[in-house]
Amino acid sequence: MAKHHVTTTINGEPVEFLCETQQTLLDVLRDELGLTGSKEGCASGDCGACSVTVDGRLVCSCLVLGVEAEGQSIETIEGMADGEKLHPLQQRFLEEAALQCGICTPGVLIAAKSLLEKNPDPTETEVRYWLAGNLCRCTGYDKIISSVLDVAADMKSA
Amino acid sequence: MNTIQFEKPGTVDEAVALLANGDANTRVLAGGTDLLVQLRAGMVTPSLIIDIKGIDEMRTVTEENGGFRIGGAVSGAELNENDAVKSAWPGVVEAFDLIGSTQIQGRCTLAGNLCNASPAADSVPAMIAAGMTCKIVGPNGTREAPVESIAISPGKTSLTKGEMIVSFFLPGQNANGGDAYLRFIPRTEMDIAVVGVGINLTLDDNGVCTAARVVLGAVAPTALVVADAANALIGTKVDDAAMEKLAAAASAACNPIDDKRGTIEFRTKVAGVIARRTAAIALDRARSN
Repeated sequence: MAKHHVTTTINGEPVEFLCETQQTLLDVLRDELGLTGSKEGCASGDCGACSVTVDGRLVCSCLVLGVEAEGQSIETIEGMADGEKLHPLQQRFLEEAALQCGICTPGVLIAAKSLLEKNPDPTETEVRYWLAGNLCRCTGYDKIISSVLDVAADMKSA
Repeated sequence: MNTIQFEKPGTVDEAVALLANGDANTRVLAGGTDLLVQLRAGMVTPSLIIDIKGIDEMRTVTEENGGFRIGGAVSGAELNENDAVKSAWPGVVEAFDLIGSTQIQGRCTLAGNLCNASPAADSVPAMIAAGMTCKIVGPNGTREAPVESIAISPGKTSLTKGEMIVSFFLPGQNANGGDAYLRFIPRTEMDIAVVGVGINLTLDDNGVCTAARVVLGAVAPTALVVADAANALIGTKVDDAAMEKLAAAASAACNPIDDKRGTIEFRTKVAGVIARRTAAIALDRARSN
């Protein structure tokens, strides 16, 4: 069977690619399109390192087939900064050292952005539960959670 | 790897024709949160994957006969945003919401959770307690079947070749009715139920329980409808004595496995404890309905 020809939108840009059925969206992003910001941790939907949004919905791209991207709008970590200008979450993560090795960071940032779009004023508990699917083995989470809460507070006072 | 065919039909009839003509390795793709893990682990090698998310009827929630018709491929996140369903059946929505992380919620579906046929499926005891039925379409037409008739053993369903679950019917909640679902897991989030309990009960104007459904998950090969546990509540004001009988009946019904997440003894004991706690929440909700 010929490869699937998929037409989709990634970070606002129209994109076309070819893929096999069994290739996940993460495989396509990384191996076909060179968008290696989304990481492969577990490849089974447990760690969240591959988090992207599909039509505004936060998902693990390792649990989405590439062919399912047809006609959808995908947002990845590569689309988070506005040119050289970092997203407030990215900026805060740097300032507050909310990362160490950085493997989980793209997924955490995408998930946190998705939270703040849905709930701009979350409680600490809400942030912790929302990010429960993003595993980090370095930070112990506190700096991640406080950075997200600080960005939410900044947005509120802005 | 062998080439896997992929189809995304736009109608139920097209999907059923593909399923009926496919071989034993044909798989339905809804949210993919089980299928893609199995695919990656080499547990399945599909010949054909049928993505049913292009079928409108499977993606929507509509009101029907005082209750709701919920498409089989509606995601956890979508149902959680439906205020009408959430206010009528908080237990069903909470049970569905307990499946996986925010990311998994963006994809997981009721039909997938049911057809994966895991004994620990969180949504299933709550769906059964609520008296939900499913609309099954196959080569021989359409039938409506109770949710409890679908899973027959771990990983196996009663669906015949070419059949699939298109949607669920969630009846209207009774005036003084309330439902709840609780599970025990060793942590607070992102885990698989060691014990799960779904309870739906109805009170009369004097606060006496007139009807109840008590369903246990993760303590037997399939979800268990425990009539003795329901009968412990019916005719009572769901007082301490009734709660004790409920807990004893729930524990007595258990037929669990022993594994790293819970021993037989632990699961059996905890089933009673969780049943009491679940009943207390359902009771509160019934009183305020």
